[in-house]
Amino acid sequence: MTDPDVAVVGFAQAPNTRQTYGTTNGVEMLVPILHEVLDGTGLTKGDIGFWCSGSSDYLAGRAFSFVAAVDAIGAVPPINESHVEMDAAWALYEAWVKIRTGQVDTALVYGFGKSSAGDLRRTLALQLDPYTTAPLWPDSVGIAGLQARLGLDSGQWTEQDMAAVAARCRTDARTNPHAQISGAAEVSELLAEPYLADPLRAHDCAPITDGASAVILADADRARELCARPAWITGLEHRMESGNLGARELTTSPSTAGAARAAGTDGVEVAELHAPFTHQELVLREAIGLGDEVRISPSGGALCANPMFAAGLTRIGEAARRIMDGSARRVLAHATSGPALQQNLVCTMEGHR
Amino acid sequence: MTGISEPLSAPLEVGFDYTRSLGPVLGRFATALRQRRIEGVRGSDGRVHVPVVEYDPITAEALDDFVEVGQQGTVLSWSWTPHPLEGQPLAHAFAWALIRLDGADTPLLHAVDVVSPQEMHTGMRVRVRWSDAPVGSIRDIACFDPVPDDAAAGGTAADHTGEAPPLPESTSEQQEPVAMTTTPVHLHYRHSASPEESQYLRALAEGRLIGQRCPACGKVYIPPRGACPTDGVPTTDEIELPDAGTVTTFCIVNVPFLGQRIKPPYVAAYVLLDGADIPFLHLVLGCAAEEVRMGMRVRAAWKSRDQWGTTLENIDHFEPTGEPDAPYESYARHL
Repeated sequence: MTDPDVAVVGFAQAPNTRQTYGTTNGVEMLVPILHEVLDGTGLTKGDIGFWCSGSSDYLAGRAFSFVAAVDAIGAVPPINESHVEMDAAWALYEAWVKIRTGQVDTALVYGFGKSSAGDLRRTLALQLDPYTTAPLWPDSVGIAGLQARLGLDSGQWTEQDMAAVAARCRTDARTNPHAQISGAAEVSELLAEPYLADPLRAHDCAPITDGASAVILADADRARELCARPAWITGLEHRMESGNLGARELTTSPSTAGAARAAGTDGVEVAELHAPFTHQELVLREAIGLGDEVRISPSGGALCANPMFAAGLTRIGEAARRIMDGSARRVLAHATSGPALQQNLVCTMEGHR
Repeated sequence: MTGISEPLSAPLEVGFDYTRSLGPVLGRFATALRQRRIEGVRGSDGRVHVPVVEYDPITAEALDDFVEVGQQGTVLSWSWTPHPLEGQPLAHAFAWALIRLDGADTPLLHAVDVVSPQEMHTGMRVRVRWSDAPVGSIRDIACFDPVPDDAAAGGTAADHTGEAPPLPESTSEQQEPVAMTTTPVHLHYRHSASPEESQYLRALAEGRLIGQRCPACGKVYIPPRGACPTDGVPTTDEIELPDAGTVTTFCIVNVPFLGQRIKPPYVAAYVLLDGADIPFLHLVLGCAAEEVRMGMRVRAAWKSRDQWGTTLENIDHFEPTGEPDAPYESYARHL
């Protein structure tokens, strides 16, 4: 292969809502966005070289829900397909590798999650160590609260800093038609609200969201044909930390820092960060080394819509969109998975190659 | 469900008792817990890990240097749980905490039993409250209690059984190390049928069989689908199908299994309703199992109307009509 470059050439997302009427295999959310993202590039399903999805059977409450989701594609004749039981940002990583091997020239990546079908806070306890931690059913908000207080106690951030993140995200989300939560918000008003789970208030926590998103990747030749301003991937790295919560440094994110260093973050103008809790955005900004000049999560971020197993892919799509619409030259997207930012992915993209 | 057009949904309970073998490191940790002791393991950098880790977080070497640690510790961080969820250590409001036990270097996640968040603070001292009947599980630690200031001194491994009830005889006498742990997991969902399936299920409750046609390939699906697996578009035009059809293929069930409702041998068959393009699985009864054959014509035997619901179980089974067999060509492309 002469040119290893890969670009994002299309992005679509389903409405982010507290509860969809659809099934947990995501078909009702996926059919419209697969058509939308294909139509946007002029491709048909037969043109796609590789399909890769991210979703979770624990969220769906049924086995092989991702296989049922393949119905949304219409997989006849048979397709080249794979799946990760992770956020679809990691499915995008697999698709990126697949294109770089030269086996395929295009890939469609999608993620979906219907969190409303179960009790998300309990379900997420099952991603913890199954011997010493998960049997206690620690919920996702409780664990995030432990992480938040470590930073509050050490003076690394304040409740005002956390509320400021929420206020900025909600204000930004007013221009995002796909956002689940949006509206003008004052830090003082947010801080007047009671605790949801001390030290976290409701505004510190991402909403429970049903949603889905899809991204099309293409190799260099196809990207130039399909898109006026492809978002060229300049770095794509992911790192993981220990599954033992107590062994981790929870107020820093070494895995994010390592991924960002390897991906290269110079000149980033916009960063879409997958922070389901306000203090996690502060951790991520520090770990990546994002200065005040960088626009953070102009979509409103995961705090305004957090479709499980799609929200990380959505960050990549939202960041790529800034390149494709000409409003930014160099962007960064981040995705996370696991408890308290255990696993992190950083994707950098730019407009001209 | 209220509105007639809303999709049907119903509770879905998923449960499983996960049974895991523990191996030498976690097994030793669990065995100590059963004896109301807490053992950590020392890593390559000298840090004592509690809970134990099987491999060194830095060098990945297998670890086996066990260290008994204290049963009091210090809260490094905490969060308040006003409304506990099913399965959590306490049924009333409590605090999650990262607790560094005396003699340990990494903190353990567990619950602290206090009545309000005002009674929690970082740096406070807490002590293990043991469960009445330890089995060799992290849940042998029922939770932690605050240590009153005047009792905070001491807290060595020696005073650990302080206020705990005596170990049950059967437990104290057990010498076999703990090798397995069982974790019951029960999750509760609201399962939704798709809009297309919901129409089908509601029609079944009226004794009608409803299919839908794929607008792209023209195939008639029963049940209708949110996406035609060939074309990826929802099925649309509704078609009422008769309750008679053809056996396309079948198997004779000879093997008993848990929950079986019919005495073997019996026949599970794919039935292709007249006018449908996709067969579904059902029972063929009303004749000897060895008489069932590909191409056999069958008709639904419905349960009595008072037993009907939004389910294909309204049809108890299919039985032979006595018509001549359908020619192979009539169902060959539906196999």
